[in-house]
Amino acid sequence: MAPLPADIVACPDCDLLQRMPVLPPGTTARCARCGLGLGSNKPGSLDLPMALSVAALIVFFLANVEPLMRISVAGSTSSTTILGGVQAMWRQGEKVTSVLVALFVLVAPALDIVFMLAILLASRRPPAPRWVGVLLRWAEVSSVWSMVGVMLLGILVSLVKIASLATVEPGIGIFAVGALVFLLAGMSASFEPLEIWSRVRWANGEWPGTGR
Amino acid sequence: MTRVPLTGAAAKIVLCKVCGLLSRPSGPSMPGRCPRCGDPAVLRQRDPIQRTWALVIAAAICYLPANVLPVMTTQTLRSVVPTTIIGGVVRLYADGSWVLALIVLVASVMIPLVKLVALAYLLITVQLRSDRYGRERVRLHRMLKVIGRWSMLDVFVATFSVALVQLRPYMTVVPGSGVLFFTAVVILTIFAADTFDPRLIWDPGKTRGEDD
Repeated sequence: MAPLPADIVACPDCDLLQRMPVLPPGTTARCARCGLGLGSNKPGSLDLPMALSVAALIVFFLANVEPLMRISVAGSTSSTTILGGVQAMWRQGEKVTSVLVALFVLVAPALDIVFMLAILLASRRPPAPRWVGVLLRWAEVSSVWSMVGVMLLGILVSLVKIASLATVEPGIGIFAVGALVFLLAGMSASFEPLEIWSRVRWANGEWPGTGR
Repeated sequence: MTRVPLTGAAAKIVLCKVCGLLSRPSGPSMPGRCPRCGDPAVLRQRDPIQRTWALVIAAAICYLPANVLPVMTTQTLRSVVPTTIIGGVVRLYADGSWVLALIVLVASVMIPLVKLVALAYLLITVQLRSDRYGRERVRLHRMLKVIGRWSMLDVFVATFSVALVQLRPYMTVVPGSGVLFFTAVVILTIFAADTFDPRLIWDPGKTRGEDD
């Protein structure tokens, strides 16, 4: 397997071969044929996602320990957390759905944040060790299945539905989930995987430098 | 005038799906691995059309029970009311929150249907070797990947309604078997959109093993 000149790229969506120009800060290169973003020069693409993922980690913790909402009817009250929702589905016999919901709103976002922190910390001084490449691959998988934003909308819809039957009080948890949605979005928007890949030591042991 | 745009497949250059590195296999019978991340380097996945069709058909089969079976059942002192997805939309609309009714209608009913029809359209046009609307079709595929997760909305609504409304003996909500089928539709369509390789839209007949 022989590598090719570093400035030649192929579009992942249409396979067109093209030359990647040197990008001024803040710009994105787009495929000449299908318009897909091929890479961006994002200033601060190591520091900004790091700050956001530290914040996301703290908010994720808050979102999981604080109740999302509390309802009351005729003097009897009940409240729930995210884990409470997962447990309720399990107890009511929908075990498969319960496990999948846990994957989408607990495991995937948690891994997303932890992977991001590990990747960014380990690639500050290139060449980064090979496990950073392995984590990059898994970070892509966890971000596909992380559904915090959809969950937030789901909680709001159920809140409105229940509001017609009982008194509903939002808890701190739901505000934390709201903040988490924005932090996760900012984290992935400020992150540039190509920049990290250029810092990772290759599988064959070589490392040609960050000039890609 | 340029004739045919040069693609990776035409030049026998492999784009790594994981890290984006281009490499040239040493021989056609030796696909090898990506030198940077170590992933198997293949020009195109084997049987991409059949794999995607299988996932689309499986999702279409689950779509029917997902909409016919109740996703949750509300039990009060006087009544036991099972609700399907459409029933939930009607209920929201009747309660006066037509904005939420519209959101749930779009996320739970329209998006899964749009995904199934759009994936079938993409597959059929590739099988017919259509060379028109390439840019539009590749954008359609990108849109499918973005909207896919939002159809999980109703599963989260059910999860948190079940967790919260446990006010025995006044009112309880239990999940229905529709939830599992609905989750299956969402997961299968996300996998299907991911399995479909948009480069097939641009590939001439040749790369699929025939001369044109």
